[in-house]
Amino acid sequence: MDWYPLWNSLRIAAISTAVIFFAGIAAAYYVARLPRVIKGLLDVVLTLPLVLPPTVVGYLLLRVLGPKRVIGAWALEVFGVKLVMTWWSAIFATAVVIFPLMYRTVRGAFEAFDETLADAGRTLGLSNTYIFWRVRMPCCRQGILAGTVLSFARALGEYGATSMIAGYTPGRTATISTTVYQLWRTNDDALAFRWVLVNVAISAVILLAVNLLERRQRETAAPGRRRTA
Amino acid sequence: MKLSVDIEKRLGDFHLRASFTAEEETLALLGASGCGKSVTLRCIAGILTPDRGRITLGDRVLFDSAAGVNLRPQQRQVGYLFQQYALFPNMTAAQNIRCAVPAKGAERDRLTAEYLRSFHLEGLGGHYPAQLSGGQQQRVALARILASRPQAILLDEPFSALDEYLKWNLETELTDLLSGFSGPILWVSHDPEECCRNCRRVCILEAGRTGRVASMEEMLLHPETAGAARLAGCRNFVPAVSDGTCLTVPAWSVTLPRRVPAGQWTLGVPAGAIRLGEGPLRGTVERVRRDMRHAALLVRLAGAERDAPPLWAELPAPADIPPGAETALSLDPERVWVLPG
Repeated sequence: MDWYPLWNSLRIAAISTAVIFFAGIAAAYYVARLPRVIKGLLDVVLTLPLVLPPTVVGYLLLRVLGPKRVIGAWALEVFGVKLVMTWWSAIFATAVVIFPLMYRTVRGAFEAFDETLADAGRTLGLSNTYIFWRVRMPCCRQGILAGTVLSFARALGEYGATSMIAGYTPGRTATISTTVYQLWRTNDDALAFRWVLVNVAISAVILLAVNLLERRQRETAAPGRRRTA
Repeated sequence: MKLSVDIEKRLGDFHLRASFTAEEETLALLGASGCGKSVTLRCIAGILTPDRGRITLGDRVLFDSAAGVNLRPQQRQVGYLFQQYALFPNMTAAQNIRCAVPAKGAERDRLTAEYLRSFHLEGLGGHYPAQLSGGQQQRVALARILASRPQAILLDEPFSALDEYLKWNLETELTDLLSGFSGPILWVSHDPEECCRNCRRVCILEAGRTGRVASMEEMLLHPETAGAARLAGCRNFVPAVSDGTCLTVPAWSVTLPRRVPAGQWTLGVPAGAIRLGEGPLRGTVERVRRDMRHAALLVRLAGAERDAPPLWAELPAPADIPPGAETALSLDPERVWVLPG
């Protein structure tokens, strides 16, 4: 069994999750501070990839990243690199697809954050940077972790947009999901089933991790403040 | 050092106009809930920005819309004790205090230890806020505020959610801990008793407007508005007309010999202005409500209109008056409050 698809899937998921970790947190933090109308509009735009069919996302990505399209042509001219049909092309696809997951989960965590803590910090003379990293982030830690794990899981399973922008080249752009499809198409049922088992195992572990995180969040949130002297 | 506030702020339908000065004292900011007390404090601390006006602390200008000055909360040196204390739940008591100490390295550790000691928190430095009692949380929050070296302190209804016994103890402790602080302190509360115990002077905030700063005694004995009278414990308000020599309450068919300028007034009748058992007026006791110290009697005056405002009188506790009893009574014309409106 050639393990390349597993390794490729893992690195694509890891890199896109790492990028979206910061992008999602930044978006969640700043969008919450915008005026209501702009916030509503931006919210729709940022959440769109969650509800769009992945093939539509893939199509749109090809429209901008393809070798004859705006960004694709520019990258080819300036850096001499093709943005589509390489192993890392899939990173664009997974990043776009998982962004709303990270953004929405983190926004939920930020919205549950007690703003008086930030206000208290500011009146104590603490810098906004300090408050963000030492108070807000630790208080929202569980939600951010859950968003990261969910995003990673979704990235690992991305098929539609990935197959369109990275294609399926064994040993080069193959991921677990495109491999399963290819093996099924070519009637290699036994191998396809093995990959399915690998995928199910990984997903189960990830969901278990999410559940554990959520339980821990409930436990840390539940006791609240004791009101006795 | 004194704190001068003169600001305006609109929030939706709510319009705040606050103007007062606190000397080096504990000034009570007294008002019913929703009257703008917290908004005022937030404007002073810099968490909210007023629409216009000026806030100064000593010789520093914290906010001046005309001059375009608006210091960040971090620069204002105004300590703010939040209702639920707002301790950082992810930090221990010691870390909560330490982060506010404006010093570095060993000096910072030394000061943190000192604050823990002087606020009776020895041995609790490693505890998280959720592991501390309400009183201990209050001490950590105060230590943290004083560690940041504020020049003024704002207390936002520090005891609103506590039971009487606990409130009494924490209040005593809070005043002890604050006794070393020399700058102005604003004590926000909706409880006149609490203000009386802890402050000499009071500024009343009513529907977004501050009144003048008066002594507690003055506020309780001579309120100037219906809101102030309500806060002073008055339950009876009724429209009255003055012809320049006498004050007439048409709804009760009562005339009092009290000289006030001719016009429409609101008469506030505190329980202390009603004498039961003798006098020219007649009434029927309709209802009796008792608490531990008093019996409150709802009296219907003979000759009163059908839907006249009620008159609640008060007797010391074991008052043995059954509903339906007839009684004579009088209103002391010098002890009723003649209020605008």
